[in-house]
Amino acid sequence: MTRSTQNTFSAFKEGNWSTEIDVRDFVLNNVTPYYGDSYFLEGATTRTQMLWELASFELKKERDNDGCHSIDTETISNITSHGPGYINKELETIVGLQTDQLLKRAMKPFGGPRVVEKAIAERGLKMADRINDIFDFARNHNDQVFSAYDKEIMTFRSKGVLTGLPDNYARGRVIGDYRRLALYGATLLINEKLNDFEKVTEINEHNIRLREELKWQIKALKDIVKMATEYDLDVSRPAETAQEAIQWIYIAYLAAVKEQDGAAMSLGNVSSFIDIYIQRDMEAGRINEIQAQEFIDHFVMKLRLVRHLRPAAYDEIFGGDPTWVTEAIGGQFFDGRTKVTKTSFRFLQTLYNLGPSPEPNLTVLWSEELPIGFKKFCAEVSADTSSIQYENDDLMRESRASDDYGIACCVSQQTLGKRTQHFGARTNLPKTLLMSLNAGRDENTGVVLVNGITPMEDEVLDYNKVMNDFSKTMSEVARVYAKSMYIIHYMHDKYYYENSQMAFIDTDPEIDVAYGAAGISIVADALSAIKYAKVKPVRNEEGLTTDFEIEGDFPKFGNDDDRVDHIAKEITHLFFKELAKHQTYKNAVPTMSLLTITSNVVYGKKTGATPDGRKAGVPFAPGANPMHGRDTHGAIASLNSVAKLDYEDAQDGISNTFSIVPKALGNSREEQIDNLVAMMGGYFKNGAHHLNVNVLNRETLMDAYEHPENYPQLTIRVSGYAVNFVRLSKAHQLEVIARTFHDSMI
Amino acid sequence: MEENTLNLRIHSLETFGTQDGPGIRLVIFVQGCEFRCLYCHNPDTLDLKGGKFLPLTAIEDRMDRMKNYFGDKGGITVSGGEPLLQRKKLITLFKDLKKSGFHTCIDTNGRLFNSEVGKLLGLTDLVLLDIKHMDDKVHKKLTGLSNVNTLNFAAQRELSNKPMWLRHVLVPGWTDSDEHLHQVGQHFKDYKTIERIEILPYHELGVHKYKELGMFYKLKGIKPPDEKTKQRAVEILSNYFKEVKLK
Repeated sequence: MTRSTQNTFSAFKEGNWSTEIDVRDFVLNNVTPYYGDSYFLEGATTRTQMLWELASFELKKERDNDGCHSIDTETISNITSHGPGYINKELETIVGLQTDQLLKRAMKPFGGPRVVEKAIAERGLKMADRINDIFDFARNHNDQVFSAYDKEIMTFRSKGVLTGLPDNYARGRVIGDYRRLALYGATLLINEKLNDFEKVTEINEHNIRLREELKWQIKALKDIVKMATEYDLDVSRPAETAQEAIQWIYIAYLAAVKEQDGAAMSLGNVSSFIDIYIQRDMEAGRINEIQAQEFIDHFVMKLRLVRHLRPAAYDEIFGGDPTWVTEAIGGQFFDGRTKVTKTSFRFLQTLYNLGPSPEPNLTVLWSEELPIGFKKFCAEVSADTSSIQYENDDLMRESRASDDYGIACCVSQQTLGKRTQHFGARTNLPKTLLMSLNAGRDENTGVVLVNGITPMEDEVLDYNKVMNDFSKTMSEVARVYAKSMYIIHYMHDKYYYENSQMAFIDTDPEIDVAYGAAGISIVADALSAIKYAKVKPVRNEEGLTTDFEIEGDFPKFGNDDDRVDHIAKEITHLFFKELAKHQTYKNAVPTMSLLTITSNVVYGKKTGATPDGRKAGVPFAPGANPMHGRDTHGAIASLNSVAKLDYEDAQDGISNTFSIVPKALGNSREEQIDNLVAMMGGYFKNGAHHLNVNVLNRETLMDAYEHPENYPQLTIRVSGYAVNFVRLSKAHQLEVIARTFHDSMI
Repeated sequence: MEENTLNLRIHSLETFGTQDGPGIRLVIFVQGCEFRCLYCHNPDTLDLKGGKFLPLTAIEDRMDRMKNYFGDKGGITVSGGEPLLQRKKLITLFKDLKKSGFHTCIDTNGRLFNSEVGKLLGLTDLVLLDIKHMDDKVHKKLTGLSNVNTLNFAAQRELSNKPMWLRHVLVPGWTDSDEHLHQVGQHFKDYKTIERIEILPYHELGVHKYKELGMFYKLKGIKPPDEKTKQRAVEILSNYFKEVKLK
């Protein structure tokens, strides 16, 4: 292959990237690592301020209109469906909107037209009749999944054992390597995909499907060129300047969010790629720092304005209308250099220039070796905005064998352009435990979910007996879960394939299938109570447990106590082993997350009382967090408990959300920053995977609960993502307020 | 658990201590104190027979698990309660912790000084010494006991050439007069081992505990010092100490 030579300004160092598609190699050869501090950064320009003011005006309209600005009920959205849209054409340096109007949401009905219809009806509008006419003929993901579901899956689903499955919405999680459009231009990418097509020779089911997928990818690339032309941009060729590089990346991403409404649609790891172009333009005297920051501010502004059309029910599992435009920042190369560049700082600086925000979901890849200036700046941004999350780069780089990856959705590693993943929501582990205590029945209704579990009639629960039945139940739940995932992804590929995103990924890539489990801390505490205290089930006439009486104290997860922490570790291991036993669609490699998004509230609602003393209906802790208020030995003990969970058993991610009162971090600003840096350093050195950091007073949240109008931009981290606090449901807001806030004890 | 030389009588512990000494610290709040400071915000730590026992090995184990969080500043602080009352056990503990290279600190009222305390101070990298009042009469009213031992303790620490931070609780009407603050400054101005003085403004966060414990709260009606009073204290003490921290 020959690279386009149109790159007239090119002062790039050649490498493997010059002869095949290899963005990582380009970055490796051309990046300028930055080891300094944040003093070079610039504030928002007048243009940026005016632009953000215009956007903020429309955002207020959106909030006042119950969270939805407007909907196009006529047009099915795809890459070319809508003409160009602007906030203000004169002010914007990075152009492009999903529809022709800011914040107007579009229909993407191939995930499920009924869901789209519902979302529109909830807003008092009506979906155009012609959409219904189309789906009298066309098939869609949602209907086809349900046509293949069996009774068992349906029951598991309706009883809340499996929740949030992407069977009636788009699965998301795929990250296109959007840098490819900037580096190579569409023409070359199309030619490469055509070459790949020629190489598929043998005719079998897999290859026919692959050929079909490739043709869709090629069409998407052509449509992207068309869409860009409407903005007077020629993305058929590589980007030549920093502004173009950012613009090209955004166009590639924009195509994805015009075509798909996946639960999470990450951006990847673009900042240090962009930095190469900025650095070169600056050295050539074409732009200065003020302009560089302006490009990034405008780009990030666009990412903040991405919207999808969702029904109200969706809010239960994904509260606060998130889009997960996750951008991974920082980390280290295998060769020991840092991936931190000045543009890593510039991305974080947008949280000052435009104010705090949940999106894009800025994720710092933390390494012990990160430059101290960057570590401190991250801590400052966390202390000021509570808008960023951290993940352990040292751990992921080794375990996942990649130094060029993004974070899919909330917390999940994905090597860019080489791998993709199939999202699988999660299973309710505490409910699984209750099934094992209730002869395989649902504790609320008595409906039999799992056969072959002997009735447990003991007056006091016996640890070994419970573990034995729980293991059997987990095995059955895993079987049903794996079966449903196979069906979901088979149908999603068939009816709602991610054409444009997959066009930016190697042909026929490796796939991870991302299972999940919720409620690990409850299960650990429950088993600990059974082991170390006396737990007596209270049963109703049908023999179903309605409550548990606990005599004596027991170790609780979140206090750095091995007796219970090892139970959490063991259950994670056992459940993952069960999941990994099953055949998967496209031979995807099983992974698992301990993550809840905001489903911990709805899971709690659907789950009866548990042997740890949690009453029926009470929310679970989010992700892998200790249960609210049970971590009583301070923040480090709490962090250490979570750090013990083994990443090898949960490579899709172990989410921990941490809230601390500013004063508890230290007395002065300087102490607070130093202590936050030291705290994260220790946590990740102890092998932990993920941390959301909120530095807030509970009073602030309570005031925002009462007076949401005063806090339009108040951002908090929940479970692998951030939300505008005021856009959460009241139930979710209360759950967040109830969480453990680390404060000095006396 | 029985009392013996290998377990410490404690009230509670905090693994993310950031208020008592430098960096991130494991703070052990020991149980038992002989002072009866009117403003004490931890009255539940006073009872010499209360609390629970924690094996020294459990503390060492926690320190090992926290090692990665300490950086070059953090470590252990024994606060309370009054640590000096359990000096023998602390000698054993600090000996082991020093062997492992940890930074050690005690937060004390300087209640007594003897050869054992001397030995403990030798193993203590930093002393936080609480100066309640310079006038012995007022000190007795405020704490029930004399300040003679505390001042002697300070002098002994000064002789050892090892660092200490003074702490002074600013209680309106009791310890916040210009005259008294000048007295504190005059007394300690030539001490070379004092790295800083911390002003701890009186607060009412411990008041509810008195009710729960069935004790009278004798400072009822006294409000936390206002901003002006706090700044005035900083101003005065800055004449005598190189670093004054308002907490």
